Amino acid sequence: MKTLLAVYRAQFKTSFLMYLQYRTSSVLWLLGMVLEPVIYLVVWSTIARANGGAVDGYGVGDFAAYFLVLSLVNHLTDNWVYYEFQERVRQGLLSALLLRPIHPIHADIAQNLTYKCIMLVVMLPTVGALALVFHPAAHVMLFTLLLFFPSLLLAIAIRFLVEWSLGLTVFWTTQMSAVLQAYYVALFFLSGQMGPLTLFPVPVQLLAQLLPFQWMLAFPVQLLLGQLDQHAIVLGLVAQAMWLCLSLALMTVLWHRGLRRYSGMGA
Amino acid sequence: MLMDHSSVISVCDLRRHYTVSRRDAGLKAALRSIVRRVTSEVVAVDGITFHLAPGEIVGFLGPNGAGKTTTLKMLSGLLYPTDGTAVVLDYVPWRRERALLQQIALVMGQRSQLQWDIPAIDSFALNQAIYRIDPPTYRHTLDELTELLDLAPLLTKPVRTLSLGERMKCELAAALLHRPRVLFLDEPTIGLDVTSQRRIRTFIAEYNLRYEATVLLTSHYMADVEALCRRVILIHRGKLLFDGNLRELAQRFSSHKTVTVYTPEGASGLASYGEVISTEEGQVKLRVPRADTAWVVHRLLEERTISDLTIEDPPIEQVIEQASCLGGR
Repeated sequence: MKTLLAVYRAQFKTSFLMYLQYRTSSVLWLLGMVLEPVIYLVVWSTIARANGGAVDGYGVGDFAAYFLVLSLVNHLTDNWVYYEFQERVRQGLLSALLLRPIHPIHADIAQNLTYKCIMLVVMLPTVGALALVFHPAAHVMLFTLLLFFPSLLLAIAIRFLVEWSLGLTVFWTTQMSAVLQAYYVALFFLSGQMGPLTLFPVPVQLLAQLLPFQWMLAFPVQLLLGQLDQHAIVLGLVAQAMWLCLSLALMTVLWHRGLRRYSGMGA
Repeated sequence: MLMDHSSVISVCDLRRHYTVSRRDAGLKAALRSIVRRVTSEVVAVDGITFHLAPGEIVGFLGPNGAGKTTTLKMLSGLLYPTDGTAVVLDYVPWRRERALLQQIALVMGQRSQLQWDIPAIDSFALNQAIYRIDPPTYRHTLDELTELLDLAPLLTKPVRTLSLGERMKCELAAALLHRPRVLFLDEPTIGLDVTSQRRIRTFIAEYNLRYEATVLLTSHYMADVEALCRRVILIHRGKLLFDGNLRELAQRFSSHKTVTVYTPEGASGLASYGEVISTEEGQVKLRVPRADTAWVVHRLLEERTISDLTIEDPPIEQVIEQASCLGGR
């Protein structure tokens, strides 16, 4: 455990130095990260206004709160490990990682967390400024605030494990763009990125409950904003716990099989 | 199975096959391969056996595709074998146990293990944590490596700005910070200029002496092998052709010796002593059957005006080529 902490500390430092090298691209990423929810926010606000101020109980202020918190949660759960996996396997970089006496996932976790911490420094004031423009309306209560943090952590862990597993599919596909495209579409429609899922048709809502996507994004957002009743909160936390176990199992199995496969390709 | 307990590396009847998918050129073949993949088996390593004693530097030779890198990858735990056994420092390498990974290193000349965008010293610090090197040992080893490889001016530059030779020195240092007892080097001097090659070579010899590390090295530069390895293992098409002294390799596989004659008389009439390979001012090279060498030299000295004469084995590259031809038949 102590060693692992030391590794994380060292990895934080190297990642920090690396990101400082790419200031411009980081800021551009961030811009996209914030702009996308703002566009949906504007669209939904316009619909709400045309509808006499609300859509299914969501007022303009509710939409503002939803999308601003969503942009933060999206940033905190976001990942890009699958891109790196493609490069790792194609260029044989994975071999170097396998020679080290430590599981490669630790480097990825540390790198990812570092990026999030660095970018939060820019992200928080940006979202704050947007809040001044869009006037969000939220009913944050102490107990939802307290539950928000564990559910956010669970969301981060699930998305990380799912996307790390997704990265591992490169051992079987070599060219993963098709797999990624399918993943993006599902993420886009079923995670709540486009808008609160309660506004979607019932079959879509049911599908979303069965899949991991909304538990990686919309759930913590709605939990914090007091948009869920007690029943939905309990259901959500149970679903998150379940998906954490499932994604961990999936990742472990894919990792072991994938290594065999990588070895078969000649490492 | 014979397992030698004094060995650091024991390889016994190790085999590795690859299944590769095959496809003829053209659209038709591509479409057909969607329905039915045609695969074929490629034998990369075909039952090799050898043992390395502690502190040995052994040259692992053979033409491209002989199975050298595949063997090194199996010994460093990156590949599972198809069959056979290997033991490195009492561990089965492909189980990738931490205790083994902690004590070995594999350096591949064509692949980088350093972080491209940051200075090498920062990657080193990460390795310190990963390999659990305590601070005094780390500082001591880093100082030693810095001195041996002349790293001081390189450590603080981003790796991507280093030249190939400079980068290779940093790669070696990164791989050796944890003082591995077993070192696998796959073409460590590839693409380097003569000076850098010599530097790396001297360093490997020094590291081996200082830490009594066991080194298995592949290289296409025979200068590396001649300078570093008393013992060589030659493989061809996955099979072991020779394991022994570098000198014996020439005796075993080359049927001829090169006799260089320094004479004012020129090449005329020398063809009766052996095949004339080259003629330069006052210097003629003859290719003479190994068994006849003594007799030919005796005759030359008796019958011709000769100021000097040398007898050599042919260049090691030629020996390997010949051995591969023999072995490949």
